[in-house]
Amino acid sequence: MANISSLNAPVTGLDAVSDRIADQVATGPRGRKPKRVMSARNIMLYGTLAVAALYYLLPLYVMVVTSLKGMPEVRMGNIFSPPMEITFEPWVKAWAQACTGLNCDGLSRGFWNSVRILIPSVVVSIAVASVSGYALANWRFKGSELFFSILIIGAFIPYQVMIYPVVIALRELGVYGTLTGLVIVHTIFGMPILTLLFRNYFTSLPVELFKAARIDGAGFWQIYFRIMLPMALPIFVVAMILQVTGIWNDFLFGVVFTRPDTYPMTVQLNNIVNSVQGVKEYNVNMAATLLTGAIPLVVYFISGRLFVRGIAAGAVKG
Amino acid sequence: MNNSVSIRDLSLSFGAVNVLENLNLDIRDGEFLVLLGSSGCGKSTLLNCIAGLLEPTDGQIFIKERNVTWEEPKDRGIGMVFQSYALYPQMTVEKNLSFGLRVAKVPKEDINRRIARAADILQIQPLLNRKPAELSGGQRQRVAIGRALVRDVDVFLFDEPLSNLDAKLRSELRVEIKRLHHSLKNTMIYVTHDQIEALTLADRIAIMKSGVIQQLDDPMTIYNRPRNLFVASFIGSPSMNFLRGELAEEGGRPVFRTHGVTFSLDGYETAGPLNAGRKVVLGVRPEHVRVDGHLSGGEVHDAVVDIEEPMGADNLLWLKHAGHTMSVRIGGAKRFSPGSKLRLSFDMSVASVFDAETEERI
Repeated sequence: MANISSLNAPVTGLDAVSDRIADQVATGPRGRKPKRVMSARNIMLYGTLAVAALYYLLPLYVMVVTSLKGMPEVRMGNIFSPPMEITFEPWVKAWAQACTGLNCDGLSRGFWNSVRILIPSVVVSIAVASVSGYALANWRFKGSELFFSILIIGAFIPYQVMIYPVVIALRELGVYGTLTGLVIVHTIFGMPILTLLFRNYFTSLPVELFKAARIDGAGFWQIYFRIMLPMALPIFVVAMILQVTGIWNDFLFGVVFTRPDTYPMTVQLNNIVNSVQGVKEYNVNMAATLLTGAIPLVVYFISGRLFVRGIAAGAVKG
Repeated sequence: MNNSVSIRDLSLSFGAVNVLENLNLDIRDGEFLVLLGSSGCGKSTLLNCIAGLLEPTDGQIFIKERNVTWEEPKDRGIGMVFQSYALYPQMTVEKNLSFGLRVAKVPKEDINRRIARAADILQIQPLLNRKPAELSGGQRQRVAIGRALVRDVDVFLFDEPLSNLDAKLRSELRVEIKRLHHSLKNTMIYVTHDQIEALTLADRIAIMKSGVIQQLDDPMTIYNRPRNLFVASFIGSPSMNFLRGELAEEGGRPVFRTHGVTFSLDGYETAGPLNAGRKVVLGVRPEHVRVDGHLSGGEVHDAVVDIEEPMGADNLLWLKHAGHTMSVRIGGAKRFSPGSKLRLSFDMSVASVFDAETEERI
């Protein structure tokens, strides 16, 4: 019984304390501290974001609005005012009728050229870079570090320096001026940054997985296809976004390594917008530019989500 | 008895750093050998060499009397369990277990039979269709062991398999691994830095330091008769008490003298002559110090209690004695408050004397 009374002793002590705080219990702060919505920090943050958004969205707005106006309305010069009469004529013209040189079939030709350049370039460059990144990360060979260093230096050399030698090399190979030649060029120039990307990703995977697979008897390709590839989905999406936007937006290689009938969309866009003959059709130019820029945007919006999902899935798998 | 794994003059260097140097080791058939050492001592490197994941600079490795030095890991008859489990995250448990067999193109019925057996031994049947992410740490490690089990290997290699688990799970799985070894009777090589795992699991322990095996013996010999100062200080928690002093002679019998007090060395089994005047270190484990009540034999000295650490089952005292701080392990029921004086003596039959210069056991 003596034990029980001694156990009770501190409880009475607590009661004494709770008497003293009793009046604060009902009115005092409780739970999570409330945050002010209009704090200085929030005003700064959202203010800056709003200004930045306006800065980038305003030109886009002008482009969209102009592309939906007819030429008489464009000539009135009210670039910010919405179209009084919406017309899709400029879009149709940009896609199917605009003239570059002797061809008057619009951007559609350039679009299909770009697609024919883009798909093999992206597939081949990612395939080669992922395998070489995997080899550099897991199958160290004599001189692999040196090889990697040289590859990285390649990422820092300006493309312009290499154009003339590449032209000669392609001529000797007999692919100068063809889409094949341009695909080869894109694949090679995408190599340094993509290999770096893949090597770093595969290095970040636990090396024990690779060791376990070797003990299980899997070889170079089996480990690549059955162990590494299924785990590398997020980095494949990143590489794809990089390559699609890079190759689609490329102008320099397109204009140097192809001929007028195989010009990619960007080059053709330039030829439409910069043509000096006749009237400057601003509405057609705006529509053509929006059409050309649509592909990277669409790719980014679709795969950007996939990309986030891929990262989240990887995090859960651990 | 046949040797399951033999290592001959194994050396490995990364550039100018020698990780292993002329290492020789024979592991008997069915033996559970633990490689024990602090991080960076080369124990995992040695295991990776045996597995074939690292190429030795020099030397040979034999598994089952076959020279496997140049063989691929899969052809060595080994299975390996990693600290991080290394389960393939995109495969179910069943696919994880069968991956090696599918790569080797083993017939389907055979794969199913072996998976059923492994799942039965490790009690993971309910988990077969789950992904590794849906398993707890202990379950993951069981699957990792299962992956070695299905391949019917001669030698199991464990690379710190329990280090990622919490304390309770670790002791449970430790018992399971021991049970597994008893029922399978395979050769197992187990790398750890945890001395409790080493002492409880091993048939023999190889204690390593800077790529050299310091002592290779059964756990009791390692614990009671450490061959040098490093082994003595590495094994045991709390660590062995070390008293620096010198040998002397009193009445024709060898004694240990430090800070003016002497201890008779009666009962100490020595390998060499105990010459008077030799500088030595006397090592006594905390549980081999006797205090008060049951004092018999040996010299009796006074000491002062500095700190007391009750641990339930036993009670750890930190004493100040003749210029040394000593730890003493006594029964949990006996309590001493700080500052109290007590009398102590050493059990010399299980003490160790090391040369102060060479740090080798005398």
